[in-house]
Amino acid sequence: MKPNDKKFPIPSKVPDGDIQNKWKKHKGTIKLVSPANKRNIDIIVVGTGLAGASASATLAELGYNVKAFCFQDSPRRAHSIAAQGGINAAKNYQGDGDSNYRLFYDTIKGGDYRSREANVYRLAEVSANIIDQCVAQGVPFARDYGGLLDNRSFGGVLVSRTFYAKGQTGQQLLLGAYSALNRQINRGKVKMYSRHEMMELVVVENKARGIITRNLVNGEIERHGAHAVVIASGGYGNVFYLSTNAMGSNVTANWKIYKKGAFFANPCFTQIHPTCIPVSGEHQSKLTLMSESLRNDGRIWVPKHKKDVEKIRKKELKPTEIAEQDRDYYLERRYPAFGNLVPRDVASRAAKERCDAGYGVNQTGQAVYLDFTSAIYRYGKEKAISTGQDTKNNELIKKLGKEVIRAKYGNLFQMYEKIVDENPYETPMQIFPAVHYTMGGVWVDYNLMTAIPGCFAVGEANFSDHGANRLGASALMQGLADGYFVLPYTIGDYLADDIKTGQIDTNTKDFEEAENKVREFISNILSNDSGNSVDYYHKKLGKIMWNKCGMSRNEKDLKRAIEEIKNLRKDFYKNVFVPGKPNNYNEELAKAGRVADFLELGELFAIDALERQESCGGHFREEHQTPEGEALRNDNEYTFVSCWEFQGKDKKPLLHKEELIFDSIELKSRSYK
Amino acid sequence: MDLLLKIWRQKNKTEKGGVQNYRIKNIEPDMSFLEMLDVLNQQLINEGDDPIAFDHDCREGICGSCSLVINGAPHGPDKGTTTCQLHMRKFKSGDTIYIEPFRSSSFPVIKDLVVDRSAFDRIQQAGGYVSINTSGNTVDANATPIPKPDADEAFKSAACIGCGACVAACKNSSAMLFVGAKVSQYAHLPQGKVERNERVINMVDQMDKEGFGSCTNTGACEAHCPKDISLDNIVRLNQEYLKSKIL
Repeated sequence: MKPNDKKFPIPSKVPDGDIQNKWKKHKGTIKLVSPANKRNIDIIVVGTGLAGASASATLAELGYNVKAFCFQDSPRRAHSIAAQGGINAAKNYQGDGDSNYRLFYDTIKGGDYRSREANVYRLAEVSANIIDQCVAQGVPFARDYGGLLDNRSFGGVLVSRTFYAKGQTGQQLLLGAYSALNRQINRGKVKMYSRHEMMELVVVENKARGIITRNLVNGEIERHGAHAVVIASGGYGNVFYLSTNAMGSNVTANWKIYKKGAFFANPCFTQIHPTCIPVSGEHQSKLTLMSESLRNDGRIWVPKHKKDVEKIRKKELKPTEIAEQDRDYYLERRYPAFGNLVPRDVASRAAKERCDAGYGVNQTGQAVYLDFTSAIYRYGKEKAISTGQDTKNNELIKKLGKEVIRAKYGNLFQMYEKIVDENPYETPMQIFPAVHYTMGGVWVDYNLMTAIPGCFAVGEANFSDHGANRLGASALMQGLADGYFVLPYTIGDYLADDIKTGQIDTNTKDFEEAENKVREFISNILSNDSGNSVDYYHKKLGKIMWNKCGMSRNEKDLKRAIEEIKNLRKDFYKNVFVPGKPNNYNEELAKAGRVADFLELGELFAIDALERQESCGGHFREEHQTPEGEALRNDNEYTFVSCWEFQGKDKKPLLHKEELIFDSIELKSRSYK
Repeated sequence: MDLLLKIWRQKNKTEKGGVQNYRIKNIEPDMSFLEMLDVLNQQLINEGDDPIAFDHDCREGICGSCSLVINGAPHGPDKGTTTCQLHMRKFKSGDTIYIEPFRSSSFPVIKDLVVDRSAFDRIQQAGGYVSINTSGNTVDANATPIPKPDADEAFKSAACIGCGACVAACKNSSAMLFVGAKVSQYAHLPQGKVERNERVINMVDQMDKEGFGSCTNTGACEAHCPKDISLDNIVRLNQEYLKSKIL
């Protein structure tokens, strides 16, 4: 495809001035809506994860009338709940040299210089506030014995800035946001619609004015009007079928707004997380993450010799029987400066490299070890010294060390044992990379507004902060930053012109047309009396994506993927069988709608990956690598955001490029050696 | 392994339900319980039947969506485990497995094994929060040190996933463990102490309004809680409630 050289059609609204002052200045000069007028303005929020729940709560608190929607049975179930490791903030409580600038720098570098500088600086700037806010809400973060907050370290950084609540940080932060949301529901400022799926965006005179939803309990199609629509529906990792996302996580809300004019940015930027539990069989429905925090203490290795690998696969040898000198701690070997704490994309590719070379340690050859023995001894010894016990007694040291590890990662170890049926205190964990997060998403300007006026996107649903690779513990930070501290203010800049509009009438042609489209889709998809199930297609799509658009990509495979997805989509509409009726609880029908959208997104994903002829972050093109196999960026030609504009069914989407300008940071090749 | 499944089927809230038998073959021990139901559902769809509806989402034991009473036990036979984290290796070939929804008049059945747990949301809305604005203009997070034991206790209570197994396990359908966990979390933290009196009264009032029963200290809730939330939370709830009435 020939790149489109036209000037980018929409201003990004990044304010002028020094990077340190942009947000301050912007907040001080954008338009405001008076409290009296806020009462007359309605806002729809789709999704109730960290970004959606925090945005809903804060918007309501400011005085707007909020309608919040989620497909789960309760807003508390959104998949943010499953985030394990932690949340970053430039608090510098550890006095290890952290600052807003350093968090900003790490995030830009971690994202391989493909994110928007001003947005990332703002994120770093508000990060400290998030921690204050959450503590005030009663979020029980981990503390040290002096009663102050504890920190740990995550991949791609050299400071300890990650706040955590055991391995359940996402749960505790989401319950904090959920409690703030509940407070507003109780005040009558938020109306909550659980078990509702957004099926269509309604655009009136070029402004987002509402949505069409399907009530998942009784199948009713409903119209909801508002002065602005906020999409907070998360990422699209489930396009791979197997991922660490929840079963219901989907791209539908994002996809509907894309088809109504929002741009989809960098769809091929996907994060493959290095430490997940390996796939066990064909019936597997999802993959489980083992938090990156484990890489603080776990060492990753495979056997140095193939003969040991073979014996391990035949179960003639246990990993604990392999001597230290016969192990290849390949991350420590290749990246001595960062060792096991290299960023996720680097760690994942390194695991793939070893497994492709034949050193994978399970039957499928798709697993490496994550070993805690060293940490158990190190902590055990510390504990023995500090409690005045015998430091020469190995058994005692092991016991004490295990206790420390249990206190830090107990729930993760327990989860691992339940799934794999092996005790990770005694034998190293087996892990392998899996799809986890999508950096790509809907294009937004500095105000988080999409290309459709009045339609906003927050959290994982937008593209702006993580570039081509997200650093650990940054997703929670971004979700809450967008929802608590950015959107509630920037949305006023748009709504200030809307104070005289009055309530949005849903009895109009635009609403009717959108509703009819939804009804038409439902009756079409239910028309077959037999055929293949929705899962059949979803699994097929997932295999195409994983094999051809996964951890490494090349031109030939991507071109084939595009053709295969097109054919699969045709087959889906012809032969999919969705049992049941439209007017009651019907999970297959809900799934069919989501998979239909994945079948379109998958193609755009591959088109984007094909177009970007460089390797950066999670996007690794085999044609573009250094002799050592590291990603090779092409800054001269690809320092831009790929923004795709829908052109109609079965038509090639149009590419717009938002040039990325780095004023405060020098573009360098990313090295963790 | 081959299994006989006896599963509760119910078309909707109003129609009467009943148990139906399903035979299923070639189940692998490494599959999760819900993956076993996925296999059954694919079988049903291929035969043109209506698949069995059940709630599930994260499938890693944290979202609280999954439920099911398996052989009489909420979340099945494994202690401290949600249904989604239960694996088929806990069963053997030839077993008969009974699968029912969480039962309580406060959790009406929506379809088959799916129940409506929105009563829990309404209890939280009545007072399960600290009334603090989300503007971020609060004090520095480290301005108020919290003793580690208090923080750890608060965390233990906060680990509740709101699945409702406590209610399903209780012969009285009591929600005291769920409510106690939230009340305890805040009672252990300085931030929660300001509103502790109204909070406990409002939450307990809402709990009663939703029709949940009283606690008679059988301890079934704790025994079946997938997150091992302790009965101490009920003790704490009672203390907080009494205190709020006396003061």
